[in-house]
Amino acid sequence: MTRNFSMLPLLLVIVLVSLPLMVMYGFLVLDTFTDAPPGELWPDRFTLRHWRFLFDPTEVGNVWAASFNSLVLACSMMAIVLSVSTTAAYAISRLHLPFRRFFLAGILVMHGFPAVTLIIGVFFVLNLTGLYDTMIGVILVKGSLMLPFGIWIMKGFYDAVPWEIEMAGVQDGAGRFTVWWRLILPQVRPGLVALGVFAFLDGWGEYVLPRILAPSSDIQVLSVFLNELIAGDQLGYDFNLFKSVGLFYTLPVILLYLIFQNRLMNIFGGGTKG
Amino acid sequence: MRLQLENFTKAFDGVPVIEDMNLQVEDGEMLALLGPSGCGKSTTLFAIAGIYRADGGRILFGERDMSNLPSQRRNVGVVFQNYALYPHMSVQENIAFPLTVGKNRMRKADTVRPVREIAELIHIEELLARKPAQLSGGQQQRVALARALVRRPDVLLLDEPLANLDAKLRLEMRSEIRRIQRETGITAILVTHDQVEAMSMCDRVAIMNKGEILQIAPPTEMYRSPVSRFVAGFLGNPPIVFLDGHVTGECGFTMEQGLSLPLPQRLRGLSSGQSLTLGVRPEHFGTSGAAVASGKVTFVEPQGRETLFDVETAPGVVLRSIQPARQDVGIGDTVSWPVDAEHLLAFDAAGTRL
Repeated sequence: MTRNFSMLPLLLVIVLVSLPLMVMYGFLVLDTFTDAPPGELWPDRFTLRHWRFLFDPTEVGNVWAASFNSLVLACSMMAIVLSVSTTAAYAISRLHLPFRRFFLAGILVMHGFPAVTLIIGVFFVLNLTGLYDTMIGVILVKGSLMLPFGIWIMKGFYDAVPWEIEMAGVQDGAGRFTVWWRLILPQVRPGLVALGVFAFLDGWGEYVLPRILAPSSDIQVLSVFLNELIAGDQLGYDFNLFKSVGLFYTLPVILLYLIFQNRLMNIFGGGTKG
Repeated sequence: MRLQLENFTKAFDGVPVIEDMNLQVEDGEMLALLGPSGCGKSTTLFAIAGIYRADGGRILFGERDMSNLPSQRRNVGVVFQNYALYPHMSVQENIAFPLTVGKNRMRKADTVRPVREIAELIHIEELLARKPAQLSGGQQQRVALARALVRRPDVLLLDEPLANLDAKLRLEMRSEIRRIQRETGITAILVTHDQVEAMSMCDRVAIMNKGEILQIAPPTEMYRSPVSRFVAGFLGNPPIVFLDGHVTGECGFTMEQGLSLPLPQRLRGLSSGQSLTLGVRPEHFGTSGAAVASGKVTFVEPQGRETLFDVETAPGVVLRSIQPARQDVGIGDTVSWPVDAEHLLAFDAAGTRL
């Protein structure tokens, strides 16, 4: 590759702009393993006591239960979004569906709709159906709010699969379902992987819905759990403990991003490579 | 198996594309559907395959009416223009796919033998382990052909199979497809807009325009005696030259620009003054014949074995001549070359051949 301008100034700007972020992340990690004298920024001793919350429930409560709840929420998101998006998007992309335009427009509107404004209505619906303050209620609400995004993304991937592949499959004697399952789905696998990871991360990071729709402590998710650490009325927060739990909460996200970073970019590319 | 279309009609959004078309393809015959883009040849093909539903008429395979059967139950092999190989499967799996679906599906282990047999026929045994992305265009074409044939279909349909190949491969695949069709004895329909492909590969050519079959004939016959001006203009490379003029005297033809030629003997008796279009193929000018046309050479195109000349015989009237390679004539030279008047084609005002 030949460059007709120097990359150095550009790099410098990027580094400068992201420097505050990097410093904050640095201290996030650093502070979980160290103690600093009161009023000072720089730590002076190494300690592991901030991580005691992992096995000592008396410290802040049961973090593993909250993690499990978060995991359940995240995995359900992945399952719901993947299963519904793959089928719905295929129908919208390929089948002569009645009201297809209506569905498409609806999905697009829902995609851009600020979900929080629905929260009061959602509360009433959940209350009426008896799903208020249950994990299932949160999962259903969060899932349906995420679906427009998932369907839209998957539709893009289906649209990129050549029509002839499907026709060839039908000519070869396969039914529409077999064609979809064995010929089309493998073509959109990059989209599935990326969407699955996104759905998982979105479920894992959700705060508002579980906070409002499931306030009981036994179905508390990690984000709410983390918030309780500093939102309580107790005197004097332990910031190092807060950062430790925060890091614990962030680790899976960072890990997933590291593993899937290339695949996640697929979503924005929106198609399969020949 | 014999294939027959009876009064086949197809419309898109209420607009008829093909109306009352009748076509018969004999058992083991290879027929070309030839025509310009949008003439309905691919529509016809896809209707036979079952991808499009016919809006009227019947499609018969042998004695069986297939009109209302879905694609899966028609037992038709199709080769698509872009091959439509399944990119995530190996060549082996691609060819085996038709055997592993449907009612009489085989277990995967049982497909090895039929796949190998068809691969040998098509000369791709050594490619079976590869993925489609690792194949050249010609090889992909062969795999697509193998996949279409592995189920032993009643009819093989080829939709512009050579359009995506480069010139040399096209030549090779032309004879390959023909060889495979002959060896399997399968009834085949080739859709193409390339007259060379149609003429060189097929037993008969059906030439289509605007949803209608204009003529069905063996290639040579169609070239020699086209039914209309359109057919004459579509076949032949370099193409035929049309001259618009009128009949003069007993057996003559004159253009307003000044060129005069005799008419073939078989057209003796046309009324004088009748308007007429004469078609002159390049091989009938400059080689032999009784009549003479003279003019100035305006263009020379050497093609190795042959040389192509454009000769302006009257203002704005250019005749084309193809002759064994010669270098004694150049641009600007004045020539007087014979015209083989007996082989000229004449068309009336409506474009019908006389």
